[in-house]
Amino acid sequence: MDSRWLLCSLGHVCGSGYTLSGEQRAALHTSLILLGKNYKFTQVLFWGKVLGLKEDYFIAQGRGDDEMKGKTFLYSFNCMEWHLLPPADDLTVSEVSRAASGRFTGNPSHEYMEPRGEAEGEAKGEAKGEAKGEAEGEAKGEAEGEGEGEASEEEEEAAAEAAEAAAPPIKVTEERRLAVAVHLIDEEASVVPRGAFTRAPHGRVEANRSFQGLSHADAGKLDNFLHFAKPKKVKQFFQELADLDPSIDFLDSLSDDFPKGQWSLQWENGSSVCVIRSLLWLGMTFYHVPMTPQHGHVYMGDGCKNLNMAFML
Amino acid sequence: METQPANQDRNNQRQQAAASFKAFMVSNSTKSNQNLYDHLARLLTKVMDERPQNAVDVIEDLSFRVKRELLADFQGTLRGVPLATAAQLLAEQQRLLFSQVDEVEHDDEQLESQYPDVNEISYYLEQAGVGLGREEMQRIFLALKKLVDSHPLQRCRLWGKILGTESNYIVAEIENREGTEEEEQTPTEPSGTGVNKCVYYVCKEPGLPWLKLPAVTPAQINAARCIRKFFTGRLDAPISSYPPFPGLEANYLRAQIARISAGTQVSPLGFYQFAEEEGEDEPEEPSDSYNQNPDFEGVPVSKMAESLSTWVHHVQHILQQGRCSWDKEILSTPPWSTKMSSTLTPQYAVAVLRSNLWPGAHAYACGKKFENVYVGWGLKFAGEGYVQSTPLVVQKDYPSGPDVTEALDASLEEEQALEAAIELKQEELESLEGEEDDEDDYDSLDES
Repeated sequence: MDSRWLLCSLGHVCGSGYTLSGEQRAALHTSLILLGKNYKFTQVLFWGKVLGLKEDYFIAQGRGDDEMKGKTFLYSFNCMEWHLLPPADDLTVSEVSRAASGRFTGNPSHEYMEPRGEAEGEAKGEAKGEAKGEAEGEAKGEAEGEGEGEASEEEEEAAAEAAEAAAPPIKVTEERRLAVAVHLIDEEASVVPRGAFTRAPHGRVEANRSFQGLSHADAGKLDNFLHFAKPKKVKQFFQELADLDPSIDFLDSLSDDFPKGQWSLQWENGSSVCVIRSLLWLGMTFYHVPMTPQHGHVYMGDGCKNLNMAFML
Repeated sequence: METQPANQDRNNQRQQAAASFKAFMVSNSTKSNQNLYDHLARLLTKVMDERPQNAVDVIEDLSFRVKRELLADFQGTLRGVPLATAAQLLAEQQRLLFSQVDEVEHDDEQLESQYPDVNEISYYLEQAGVGLGREEMQRIFLALKKLVDSHPLQRCRLWGKILGTESNYIVAEIENREGTEEEEQTPTEPSGTGVNKCVYYVCKEPGLPWLKLPAVTPAQINAARCIRKFFTGRLDAPISSYPPFPGLEANYLRAQIARISAGTQVSPLGFYQFAEEEGEDEPEEPSDSYNQNPDFEGVPVSKMAESLSTWVHHVQHILQQGRCSWDKEILSTPPWSTKMSSTLTPQYAVAVLRSNLWPGAHAYACGKKFENVYVGWGLKFAGEGYVQSTPLVVQKDYPSGPDVTEALDASLEEEQALEAAIELKQEELESLEGEEDDEDDYDSLDES
């Protein structure tokens, strides 16, 4: 949510239970302005809070000219001193998903070790074997020429598994884990109302100045809320394309998400605010006041994905 | 002299061109019955009226809006009476919260004991980073007052809020003066003791009616331990789960409330004392009734934030079989996180306790004041360790064999075919017998 109207926005989302104390709000007000100045962001957003066992991470997001591409994340413990989060590339994501589990501790230099239990070894070995086997298979294939073909694939896989077992377990710091968690949450659960952002013909995404908010009827439907992340689905049916406006319908709709029912849409604060909660990332809350351009989302949770969601619906 | 008529000519030409272009612009569209000239005029008027910044960037939107506004006028006559929106209906309900009641003279003491000062709690909770918003808290405050007014109850407390997928529950906890409830079969603990010590009322929104939750049975608590389900927000929703849950969502909600209360209701050491004297000498049957200790002095906030030893559970732990008597770590996660609400002004801070086993459960203490509140999804922390229990192996059928298989009834055709076959055989037999007698018969049979 925009740091400029933090108090108002927090009032809309705090139905989920978490809010900020007066001291933290005041500190954020001050420090986010300075943050924008120091890092030359065009806009600074308060993104959320990741609850750790000892300390909580406060997360801010800085945006550049392009609202979508230039996202930078920073974290802080006291809402005043901010540290850049390392970028979350694919390698980091895969390493973190293997090594880290459980709650965040609140110490950014805490190291997570890849679990190497005997029982887990076999189950994991298969999954890893597939992933690594492919990668190494390609590398070896190039080096040795293509004489061997399929017969050697199994051997390679076995070799890869052996190499896996011999290699030291992956270690990741909590700072990197935090970067991955924030990146994933932002990717999978950040929401905007339809029409709030436009894409110019040359691809730049900007806030839509003439966005006046969804109507009450529209705000009750998930179709009108979009993922604010790089679109992943390809619109393939002509019927779908017919009603779409390419300048505002360039994002994926929440209603297309699978499994269905991973979003909870409700009216709160005396039915005046439309609130959407993610059940996949418990703690992600989005609000939109219909007929006004006010919208925003905040994450206040433990930073763990709700892997059991399928059982819980 | 020659240039003047030429100029005039050119002027005439220009005017003609302008006039013809204007005529083109004024011509009405066959679809919308509008023309470009009027539209541009309206658009520019709008730009002049509103003077938007960088008007050229938003001119398309403005144009679109001008067109839409024209359309709205046409629709205006067609529109019927608008239906009351949900917000209006709710506002009607909530209006009652703010109605002034003719105050009957109360004793001051009685007023004090009935319902808590939610505003004060809200203030402290906000320091702890927990809250539902000040306005909402105020409404809940009034709703609690309403609840206390309409029920002859002893002590009422805001227990918390449970989030659901369709709507949420605000939960009020009430200690019944006497167990006036009908008692069920033996396994259920009678109301007023154990897990049924308190009665819980829930409402979806402050202002809507409070609904009483049924008493909880041990079977329900045990079943609730095995399942993980989101609440929907409808008390009569069925719980589809494995193992099956004995009851509806109201029962599930009540079971979870009992589990959360047992697991997370804590108080500063020394705040409460047992009702009976020497109650602690009988560890095999700890007492579940306690009173406020009048000599409680309050524990320094910094001490409370530092160590868990200054906090005690005051609600009985639920035993395995679902009844009460007297924390451990789960998945290497400590059960509580402690904290000071402020590091800049620690002398005015409150000590905050956050449960890691029941995410959403919080407690604060400041001087002699403390409170527990739960706001969350009503689910215990499971990490990645939750395993959905699989259904039992399907029981085997009785081995099928000739002794248990039922013979199929023969159809008419089959019967007839069988009859024909029997007849044929008999005739054959007869003919064989006949053959021995004389061979002429055989020929006649063959012909037929």
